[in-house]
Amino acid sequence: MSEGLFSKKNIGLLAGPIGSNNPITVQVLGICSALAVTAQLKPAFVMALSVTVVVAFGNVIISLLRNTIPNRIRIIVQLVVIAALVIIVDQFLKAFVYDVSKQLSVFVGLIITNCILMGRLEAFALGNKPWPSFLDGIGNGAGYGLILIIIAFFRELLGSGTLWGFRIIPESWYIANGGFYSNNGMMILPPMALITVGVIIWVQRSRNSKLQEK
Amino acid sequence: MKFIQKFFEDTKPYVQKGAKYHWLHSVHDGMFTLFFVQKNTSKSGSHIHDFIDLKRTMGIVVLALIPALLMGMYNTGYQHFAAVGELASASFWQIFFYGFLRVLPFIMVSYIVGLGIEFVFAQLRGHEIQEGFLVSGILIPLIMPINTPLWMVAISTAFAVVFVKEVFGGTGMNIWNPALVARAFLFFAYPSQMSGDSVWVSLGGQKAIDGFSGATPMAEAAAGHPNIDIWNSFIGLIPGSIGETSTLAILIGAAILVITGIGSWKIIVSTFAGGAAMGLLLNTFAGNNLYMALPFWEHFIIGGFAFGAVFMATDPVSGTQTEKGKWIYGFLIGVLAIMIRVVNPAYPEGMMLAILLMNTFAPLIDHYIVEGSIKKRMKRVKVKA
Repeated sequence: MSEGLFSKKNIGLLAGPIGSNNPITVQVLGICSALAVTAQLKPAFVMALSVTVVVAFGNVIISLLRNTIPNRIRIIVQLVVIAALVIIVDQFLKAFVYDVSKQLSVFVGLIITNCILMGRLEAFALGNKPWPSFLDGIGNGAGYGLILIIIAFFRELLGSGTLWGFRIIPESWYIANGGFYSNNGMMILPPMALITVGVIIWVQRSRNSKLQEK
Repeated sequence: MKFIQKFFEDTKPYVQKGAKYHWLHSVHDGMFTLFFVQKNTSKSGSHIHDFIDLKRTMGIVVLALIPALLMGMYNTGYQHFAAVGELASASFWQIFFYGFLRVLPFIMVSYIVGLGIEFVFAQLRGHEIQEGFLVSGILIPLIMPINTPLWMVAISTAFAVVFVKEVFGGTGMNIWNPALVARAFLFFAYPSQMSGDSVWVSLGGQKAIDGFSGATPMAEAAAGHPNIDIWNSFIGLIPGSIGETSTLAILIGAAILVITGIGSWKIIVSTFAGGAAMGLLLNTFAGNNLYMALPFWEHFIIGGFAFGAVFMATDPVSGTQTEKGKWIYGFLIGVLAIMIRVVNPAYPEGMMLAILLMNTFAPLIDHYIVEGSIKKRMKRVKVKA
């Protein structure tokens, strides 16, 4: 096989999950963490990055091992690989961005149970070579991260009036300071994250006729 | 009437298929049926049409809401003048007019936002305009505290119309009552504007007299010292959301709904029965808790219980459809409303949450009633064979 590193097929692996095959909005995987960590932009971004790293390297490792893993115990092998990677990521976050790590608390550990990971490892890495698997991992991580960041953008802006911790809506607008504005407390609550995901799916499907169910 | 008819006939060619203003055809249809009955008849199958179409039904509900609305306007003025200590010197019309001016913007905002969204969706999807919002548009202002900022009313109305009605397919397809969802949205999104002591009485920039509290009888009861003036609570001269204070006006509305057959008397009666049952049950275990000892008829006249039972629970779309189901549905609303009120200190008013919860369960209740009925009949069939 003399296929270029960035052949059309490989680019498709990278771009597909960002758009028309998005893990959250089309495959509806990884919803739980999309609700849990998106109240603010910063943790959502860190979470997106962590998942991308884990799924990309998990894919590569499983792809390298794919011919040696006995079929019956493949799930356990996959879990060991993911768990090891998650622990590395968790320790890394604790060492370098301690405050964000604290905010994300248990959810970094719960990356292990993120359906996107098992899905990609099962469905892709077990049957493909390392390089396409790596691209697939990056693509899926990016698709997941993109949705997370969109949700977090709206939730933080409308729910706290800030973005990345910086104040966007001026203090003087608030009712407490004699203004008229008030933060939308519902945006902080998980149900609004679900509704935001719903709106993103709505917009995506209305623009992409291939995704509409007949 | 002739010239109105002529106007619609003259403008019809402009909105027909292929004509320049075709995109306005649903507006044309909507306005036409407001004045006249459609000439179209169904072409296939057997259908029975009568003149009580959706528009007339909604019209009657709006009519039934008028007493509560007028009383709400008067009460808004009454609470204002009582709070600033000028009640003795204010005339009836002064009081009413103050309330009228405060309530009118609510109604306008709710109708403009809600109908605007409905019109846009109808045009986008090529539907006719449905009249469902006529009632929601007046219910929404009636269940808001008078000091709610208008932009919040607009946002909650938009939220309710888009996420409760349009995403499920428009009028007649919603699982919850849109007006209640608008209130629930405000309640969870802006709790400081929806509860507490300062949102129920419009001061209009004036200073309140000494000793003024502004708390609703509900809030006082929840705080453990119920102090209910039965007569004032019944006719509606207490602080509260705009249209829900006057049990008397609500009963007039209930009479209109029941006599015309628009609202289900079974739901109304069973809701009150459920409330009474739960009230009596709590009375038994009250001990020295004054709120639990509150007699059930006092529960009925404070807060939104009566308003919810008459105008919200009877919503034919989000409620149960089967006759037996209506009894279960109403009864559980009553039970849950009183239970949430008394037992859960975080939510002083339980009616909204009780109705939304039972809206969610209504299809399930219907399902089992229908299944049960089918099973019973199947048994009969087998015995004969």
